[in-house]
Amino acid sequence: MSDVEILAVTGLSKSFPGVKALNDVSLSLREGEVHALMGGNGAGKSTLIKCLTGFYSSDSGKVFLAGKDISSLKPDQIQTCGISTVHQEVNLIPTLSVAENIFLGRQPKIRGRIDWKTMNSKARAVLARLNLDIDVTQMLSSYSIAIQQMVAIARGVDMSARVLILDEPTSSLDLKEVEQLFSVMRRLTAEGTAIVFVTHFLDQVYAISNRISVLRNGHYIGTYEKADLPQNALISKMLGKTISDKTDSSTKKQSQDQDEKEVYLTASGIGKSGYIEPIDLKVHQGEVIGLAGLLGSGRSEIAKLLFGVVQPDTGRLYVQGTEQLFSSPRKAIQQGLAFCPEDRKKEGLIGELSVKENIILALQAKRGWYRALTGVQQEKIAKDFIKSLKIVTSDLNKPVKELSGGNQQKVVLARWLASAPSFLILDEPTRGVDIGAHQEIVRIIKGLSKQGLAIMVIASELEEVVDISDRVIVLKDRKQIKELSGDEISEANVLSSIAEGAL
Amino acid sequence: MNNKYIPLAATIFVFMALFGFGSAQFDSFFSMRVFTNLFTDNAFLAITAIGMTFVILSGGIDLSVGSMIACVGVATAVLIEHYQLHPLVVFPIILICATLFGSFMGFLIEKYDLPPFIVTLAGMFFLRGLSFVISIESIPITHSFYDSIADFYIPLPGNGSLTVSTLILLTVLAGAVYIAHYTRIGRNIYAVGGNEQSAALLGVPVGRTKLFVYSANSFLAALAGIVFTFYTFSGYSLAAMGLELDAIASVVIGGTLLSGGVGYVVGTIFGVLIQGVIQTIISFDGTLNSWWTKIFIGLLLFIFISLQRLISSGLLLKWWPSDKKPLVN
Amino acid sequence: MITDSISVPREDRLSAIRTSKLFWPLAALALLLSFNLITDPSFFAIEYKNGVFFGSLIDILNRAAPVALLALGMTLVIATGGIDLSVGSIMAIAGATSAWLISHEVVNSLWLILAISLGVSLLAGLWNGLLVTALGIQPIIATLILMVAGRGIAQLITNGQVLTFSHEGFEMIGGGAFLGLPLSISIVICSYALALLLLRKTALGLFIESIGSNPIASHYTGIRSNLVKFSVYGVCGVAAGLAGLILTSDIQGADANNVGLWSELDAILAVVIGGTALTGGRFSLSTTLVGVVILQTLTTTILTHGLPVQYTLIVKSAVVIIVMLLMSAEFRHQMKSLFQRGQRSE
Repeated sequence: MSDVEILAVTGLSKSFPGVKALNDVSLSLREGEVHALMGGNGAGKSTLIKCLTGFYSSDSGKVFLAGKDISSLKPDQIQTCGISTVHQEVNLIPTLSVAENIFLGRQPKIRGRIDWKTMNSKARAVLARLNLDIDVTQMLSSYSIAIQQMVAIARGVDMSARVLILDEPTSSLDLKEVEQLFSVMRRLTAEGTAIVFVTHFLDQVYAISNRISVLRNGHYIGTYEKADLPQNALISKMLGKTISDKTDSSTKKQSQDQDEKEVYLTASGIGKSGYIEPIDLKVHQGEVIGLAGLLGSGRSEIAKLLFGVVQPDTGRLYVQGTEQLFSSPRKAIQQGLAFCPEDRKKEGLIGELSVKENIILALQAKRGWYRALTGVQQEKIAKDFIKSLKIVTSDLNKPVKELSGGNQQKVVLARWLASAPSFLILDEPTRGVDIGAHQEIVRIIKGLSKQGLAIMVIASELEEVVDISDRVIVLKDRKQIKELSGDEISEANVLSSIAEGAL
Repeated sequence: MNNKYIPLAATIFVFMALFGFGSAQFDSFFSMRVFTNLFTDNAFLAITAIGMTFVILSGGIDLSVGSMIACVGVATAVLIEHYQLHPLVVFPIILICATLFGSFMGFLIEKYDLPPFIVTLAGMFFLRGLSFVISIESIPITHSFYDSIADFYIPLPGNGSLTVSTLILLTVLAGAVYIAHYTRIGRNIYAVGGNEQSAALLGVPVGRTKLFVYSANSFLAALAGIVFTFYTFSGYSLAAMGLELDAIASVVIGGTLLSGGVGYVVGTIFGVLIQGVIQTIISFDGTLNSWWTKIFIGLLLFIFISLQRLISSGLLLKWWPSDKKPLVN
Repeated sequence: MITDSISVPREDRLSAIRTSKLFWPLAALALLLSFNLITDPSFFAIEYKNGVFFGSLIDILNRAAPVALLALGMTLVIATGGIDLSVGSIMAIAGATSAWLISHEVVNSLWLILAISLGVSLLAGLWNGLLVTALGIQPIIATLILMVAGRGIAQLITNGQVLTFSHEGFEMIGGGAFLGLPLSISIVICSYALALLLLRKTALGLFIESIGSNPIASHYTGIRSNLVKFSVYGVCGVAAGLAGLILTSDIQGADANNVGLWSELDAILAVVIGGTALTGGRFSLSTTLVGVVILQTLTTTILTHGLPVQYTLIVKSAVVIIVMLLMSAEFRHQMKSLFQRGQRSE
């Protein structure tokens, strides 16, 4: 790493209707460094990247590449200037060969026609720079995601090698693959390329980066040398909270005797390689379990594993003492599970259907197609939940996509409550929900657990997890690292567990 | 072997097996004459199928080609016979009009994001209707130019012959292979069919590529229509009914993925030849009926589509010993 | 919730269009009919002879019957996000089966003939369903197989000839009358009523719309998508079979080559004109039926006005493109900005 500044961002601001996504953000990137960009949900990382690469035009502020103002350039111009981006999802053509993917749109030509020989040998040379020796004539899709990721990097590096932005490149890679990627990154930085590295894996940040910049809620918090920023300091900067050594006094609940409550679900060593490390879990009736951890720590993965969306390749699952294998959500639902997914639009709501239909859907699916709820029953169920959950809608028959975020969330919640579950999994139940609805949802969750429902809550807001949960399972880098219960549950303890990464 | 060649290899194998079967069954089957006749008799289908290959590679479909052939036939016949124009004047006019028609369909598909299936379905209705409007009767073409075309051929040993239709087909084939593999527009078609969003992100001009594909396809369908008149010496509005299905079937049997992005023009030619061989076998046999062609092609479609599913789902990879596993240092 | 308040007016308009789903197709039909009323009042004349009604309107309904049956089945398939190209071929298979049963005197009972022919159609439909669900093949491709092979199979059954027959009971299906109206109209009405009953009294309609609207969320909700899709293709097959029987009975012969040729395209058109999106989700059998009647009225209007029949196809293609453009977001946007620019310049 040299001290030469290659990229400078000054006073960058960007607003969307209702949100100030970036507020006076500055950043400086040096040649040959790996610069980690950290921040929680909504911190503004992806907005910043999109501003850097020209996909968004910023409201104010400037971006300089090697002293040249590139603030107003278009994405393709910026790319030719020397900034390349590799996204989390591989944006290449799976059906073309590796070589073609690297040279698409700029294939070498000989006498007016594409020169395959040169293209393939050039591709091999580019990949060799990344220590990758693969058959470049094979279809991209015949390689693992890790290799595809490398090919995407190769394309980026070959087009312009001054600044490389890696946006969560490691989220689908296993340990060995991450190591390969790191060696490539080291090689590139040795050649002078500056790398912006966005990831949720703290250990990786400390393994590879030279400096760390933190964003929070669209504000620039600061840039630090890795050595000057221990893990717990980084976490508290990301979350805007200080970690005190002592268990803070604001804790709550006396440790209830969980043993007296009946165990509803037991997971022993359930996991899937490359997805989530094996975890052990006991869920009691009438208990709220919180999953805490940073974004990408494996929270949603656990939920999907338990609910049969993804099948584990190791471990056992018991529901009320009997071993179960959930090959699909349907099987899980029949055993009394319910799951409000994080991505409401994609996985939760049936947008075109009405509020009423969305509410009764899970119950109806549970009953089967031939035992249809009558119109009167449907209306009653829907009305009951609209009343008890205070869903604001002018009409039962309004398409649910026309409701506000908070009300949509309550509709999904109502859907599952209508199916009378025994174990409810809520992934980010308060995401994108206004304050009023937020408190409302928290109140509902607490009420439900009093009624004896087993609940698992996943939330990025630590405060919320701590507030709701009887027990908190702390996750880090897709591993279960600690379980807190009773008095131990506090934001400080959760934070310090993450920071320690205790075994 | 490279996995992507499996369907193509399978197609060529099926063709050779069928040709071998015919040769074993019937005395005079194994000859240059039978082989070159396959080309002459199916040249119009092959030319259409080549255009269809590009459309399907780009992730689209075109149902209008059969009607295009009929419409071109009728229009050509009317222009030559009723308006006394020389065929060499008529052909360019027809080809230009057809290309413009294809561009219009491409425009609707690309600009308004309409499903290709519906747009080209409307195109199919329109062109068929237009042929009816031009003439319901079959119009014979008696121009002397057509006689000289019919008389011209390059003899090959073994009673084979390269007719004008075959020569046009081979020229189109060579051009198509060149475009598909040696030009950027060709590679862009593959990219768009492989993943449209990614292609756009990688800087491929998606709209222009689609426009090109539909224009080129209509051009080729019109060319096939002209070649068809060499074959029938007439224009008939009911001609080439359902030809789009034969063309699509040829493309799929030829190993092109119907979801786009993967396939070879050469495969399509073998897809056409397979259909031709089946017909030849049936006509040699004399006792088998023509509907066996449809059933057999349906069966082949099923086998090839299932094969594609297996490959794309990666199931086949487990069974197929790959000598080149990804290596990383 | 600023984003919400911005989108409210647009959403309001959308919901207005949604609630008036029947409005546009009916308006188009009314326009067509009033055109006829002005230019040719005899269009609406209905005669009563020998206990049977005659007239253009009756004729329209009678001719529309087979496509109406296809379109009912097709609506369900499209609502799940699929498509069925093979219905024309299934018509041919059903017709050929019935003709074969009668002409070879295998069975004589009308009910048995119907049961066997429709049973074969059901199997054909389920085959499509199997390819789509178990093998996961794209519907358009999966049903292409039967579209190609089906006619061959039908020809195999009829031995490549137009298989004529006479069977008093069977001839009633296409040629008989009920309450003074062609029996085929009653068959459509019964099928429609049966479908409505099945969709309303069970949760099938809800599940179909849910799957078509959001397959992932439906899976997460515990709906058996594959089973629903599988059955829907089966139903579509039976509906196609019934349509094939009506046509076969009408001409008292099975023409494996031509019966129902391109009907699948007419059926798809009717569904689209009826306002059901090809991407699946919300559907309406009623608007589909209106779509069928519009298409047939269009054809009949062209005929009765002395325009050569060949113009039908051209008009049809124009109608399709116009309807599709009106449904296209980009086109609406363009029209809107064109309209606004016009306003501003005033």
